[in-house]
Amino acid sequence: MELTVLVFLPAAAGIVAMMLPAQQAQYAKWIALLGSLATLALSLWLFFEFEAGIGGFQFVDRATWIDTGSFEIQYFLAVDGLSLPLVVLTTFLTTASVLISFSIEKRPRAYFASLMLLSTAVLGVFTAMDFLLFFLFWELELFPMYLLISVWGSGRKEYSAMKFVLFTVAGSAFMLVAILALAFSANTFDIAVLGQSSFDDTVLPLRWIFLFLFIGFAVKLPIVPLHTWLPDAHSDAPTAVSVMLAGVLLKMGGYGIIRMCVTILPQQADDFGIWLAAIGAASVLYGAFVTFRQTDVKRLIAYSSVSHMGLVLLGIGALGSTALVGAAYQMLAHGLITGLLFVVVGIMYERTHTREIGRLGGLARQMPLIATGLVFAGFASVGLPSLAGFIGEITVFLGAFQKHEWAVLMAIFGAVLSAGYILWALQRVVFGPVRHEWDEAGDQRYWWEHAAVLGLAALVVLLGVYPDLIMDMIDPAIEVVSARVSA
Amino acid sequence: MSELDIVGPQLAVLIAAGAVIAWEAIFPKQRAALPYIALLGIAGSAIWTTTWVARDDFQTAFDGTLALDQFAVFFYFVFAGITATVIVASIDWVDREGHRQSEYYALILTASAGLMFLASARDLITIFLALELSSIPQYVLAGWGKDQRSGEAGIKYLLLGAIASALLLYGMALLYGFTGSTLLVDIGAAIADTGAENRSLLIVSSVLLIAGFGFKMAVVPFQMWVPDVYQGAPTPVAAFLSVGSKAAAFAVVMRIFFEALGEDFLSDDWSMIFAVIAATSMTLGNVLAIVQTDIKRMLGYSSIAQAGNFMIGLAAISVAGDDFVLGASGVLLFVAAYAFTNLGAFIAVIGISQRIGSDKIADYAGMWRRAPFFALALAFCLISLAGIPPTAGFWAKIYVFNAGIRADLVWLVIIAVLNSVISAYYYLAVVRQMFLGDAADERKLPVSPTIGLALGVATAGVIVFGILPMPLVEAARDAAEIFTTT
Repeated sequence: MELTVLVFLPAAAGIVAMMLPAQQAQYAKWIALLGSLATLALSLWLFFEFEAGIGGFQFVDRATWIDTGSFEIQYFLAVDGLSLPLVVLTTFLTTASVLISFSIEKRPRAYFASLMLLSTAVLGVFTAMDFLLFFLFWELELFPMYLLISVWGSGRKEYSAMKFVLFTVAGSAFMLVAILALAFSANTFDIAVLGQSSFDDTVLPLRWIFLFLFIGFAVKLPIVPLHTWLPDAHSDAPTAVSVMLAGVLLKMGGYGIIRMCVTILPQQADDFGIWLAAIGAASVLYGAFVTFRQTDVKRLIAYSSVSHMGLVLLGIGALGSTALVGAAYQMLAHGLITGLLFVVVGIMYERTHTREIGRLGGLARQMPLIATGLVFAGFASVGLPSLAGFIGEITVFLGAFQKHEWAVLMAIFGAVLSAGYILWALQRVVFGPVRHEWDEAGDQRYWWEHAAVLGLAALVVLLGVYPDLIMDMIDPAIEVVSARVSA
Repeated sequence: MSELDIVGPQLAVLIAAGAVIAWEAIFPKQRAALPYIALLGIAGSAIWTTTWVARDDFQTAFDGTLALDQFAVFFYFVFAGITATVIVASIDWVDREGHRQSEYYALILTASAGLMFLASARDLITIFLALELSSIPQYVLAGWGKDQRSGEAGIKYLLLGAIASALLLYGMALLYGFTGSTLLVDIGAAIADTGAENRSLLIVSSVLLIAGFGFKMAVVPFQMWVPDVYQGAPTPVAAFLSVGSKAAAFAVVMRIFFEALGEDFLSDDWSMIFAVIAATSMTLGNVLAIVQTDIKRMLGYSSIAQAGNFMIGLAAISVAGDDFVLGASGVLLFVAAYAFTNLGAFIAVIGISQRIGSDKIADYAGMWRRAPFFALALAFCLISLAGIPPTAGFWAKIYVFNAGIRADLVWLVIIAVLNSVISAYYYLAVVRQMFLGDAADERKLPVSPTIGLALGVATAGVIVFGILPMPLVEAARDAAEIFTTT
């Protein structure tokens, strides 16, 4: 019951916000905040109630939804050590996104309703344990995203929104075929059961099923060369949506690869492992090189995301338990750090209305909060020890080194490159000669912005100095996966 | 008496058809009552069908040429729903047209009775008669509008329909010549006996039958008439054509091919023909729908593509074992889901186009602010057509794809899924226009209560069966069970 409440609470808040009469539209944000805080509180409660030491699924909600006689579709929600941290990440970033959207004036009711629906869809993806239910939530996420980018975005917003939708839908078309092929050879859509089955007689060769699933998830991750929607979506999306996109939506891809591709088809994952690692390393390098060319802060962070998510794939490709744990940890760290970066850049953009690195400079004097946030997040993104990013990266490198030495070397090179460039870019924005153009811009200070920045920064530190808080939870869940791979 | 009892559902509709004509002749001033008389007839028919369901004693009549079984009952309900919705949605339009009102309702009712006979016919001659009974009123209705385009649509539909009927008769003649019977059961038995020697002859006859019915199902390559007729015909009539005659054609094709031509040595071939037709219909329909600027033409091409989706279920005949009915029940589920959805879309178009006087998709811009109810309902129907949850269309697609995969038609399902992506593009383009586009004219549109009611019912069906599809799935499965027992 807890998970059902958790998943649908945001959507319920969104519906309430949507139904407000026009004169009371300004209360929409408060309802959204209340809803997201309640969800956050519930997810934290689950987090501390969760019995970390044991593998397997907890807080099970399950009922038969559709039973046609030849196949059964369940309403089945549950979490394990892999998904629960992602759930908390989602509720946390949702709250942050609501907070930094407080100054939205354009159609606030619809805006907050879409944002809340997005949160429900993502939470559904992370908790659904029936493959078809998972697919439903996966598709559901497209609607609010499309609206959020195309209505409240900037620049070529409709183009970017459509590109985002078409990429995802094309990927999920392959995923659906794979889901059906898989489910009908095992006669179940139950992910927990699929994750313990072996398949001998399938309508499609298992290789193909693996590849089809992988394509669906890889578009979301994204991998090079399927990443081109990401910079466009980021640069045209409103700030809060960028936070959600980089912070949690990309993680749906990584989560899917670990939960579905690797757990359900371990043999094929092993066969393709080297390819996954290669693609991961290529994404790291490519993302790093392209970062050099960026003059727009948001596109810069977007490409660095491609680079960082490449590390996740590299960790998955190595398939050892250390590397997989690293991949899972890297997703959390990247979610928090990139979320923070986008929050700060969003606040900066609201003041200056530009994201051109060349036009910004010396913001440390005019906007201390933004400058501090940028520097902090920049260091975290580089992988400074004692911050969350470091733990994720080092665990991936350590875990993957034995298996794919060359890929790790390439990735380290790429990670250093992109990190260096981010630091340099931020330095130009934060320090350097003061531009008097922005003298007036830094005057307003809002409590909600402080709350979002400080909250995220605190978590980045917490996960950097006390990784066991999460590791203890992830470990047993990953143990199950890697045992299946080595079996 | 018992035989009249069996055809009671059809009789009720036909009596209502006579009654509306008589009513206008006797009370020419009280025309407003006409649609309600028609609805009364449909309600009577549905109640009669319900008593048969309650009696649970299905049987055949007229020497086995008509069957009242669960399959027929399923379609009776679908047709009753379609006809009632179309009539309610027509009230406004017929009122405005003003002329020959009783004939309009009588023709719709007659066509509807013809469709019901088609769903229950188990004999080639009966099938042909039922087909003509439903087709001739539809030819007239397509040309019912006063403008030239409607006349052109009527003529086009008539001429191509006549050719299709000729092909169909030829195919039936071949079948009769070989088996010596017009009863589907006897044909099936004869083919099981000695059919293997005459396989090529039977294939030719199958191809001719597919060509004849392909016209009614509106699949490639028999689809040329669809966009022109949908665009030219009055919109309520187009709505009726797009769901009613398509559904009936699929019903009768299932009867003929599953009951009479179901032997393995034949079904291997015709299921491949169906698979190829399905793939080409989906692809051609979707690709051409993208470039349409007129919403009725767009829905025309989309209905060609949707027929391709239905057909996956027909092609999936070779599912082995207990799941044999998966393909057939998939078609039924799709027929029912599509009936709600496409009717809803057409009714929303009726409601909007009547007020803005245009069928151009560009003129739907900003409809969300001008007519929120229409825009929202149309959005749901389009989403369902695209097969996106939480709508009835999603479950229909999942179910049919599932049948395709079970029948080893993975290539076809991949084409179908990719087509769903293409279709999402143009369906959602309309949604985007309505919700994000800027209207040239911001005035609110008045909502006609009858159209609003019809649209509300159709959309409610789309959503309710999208969230709780089980009743529909079970009904479709029960109806398809008849094919395992024959």
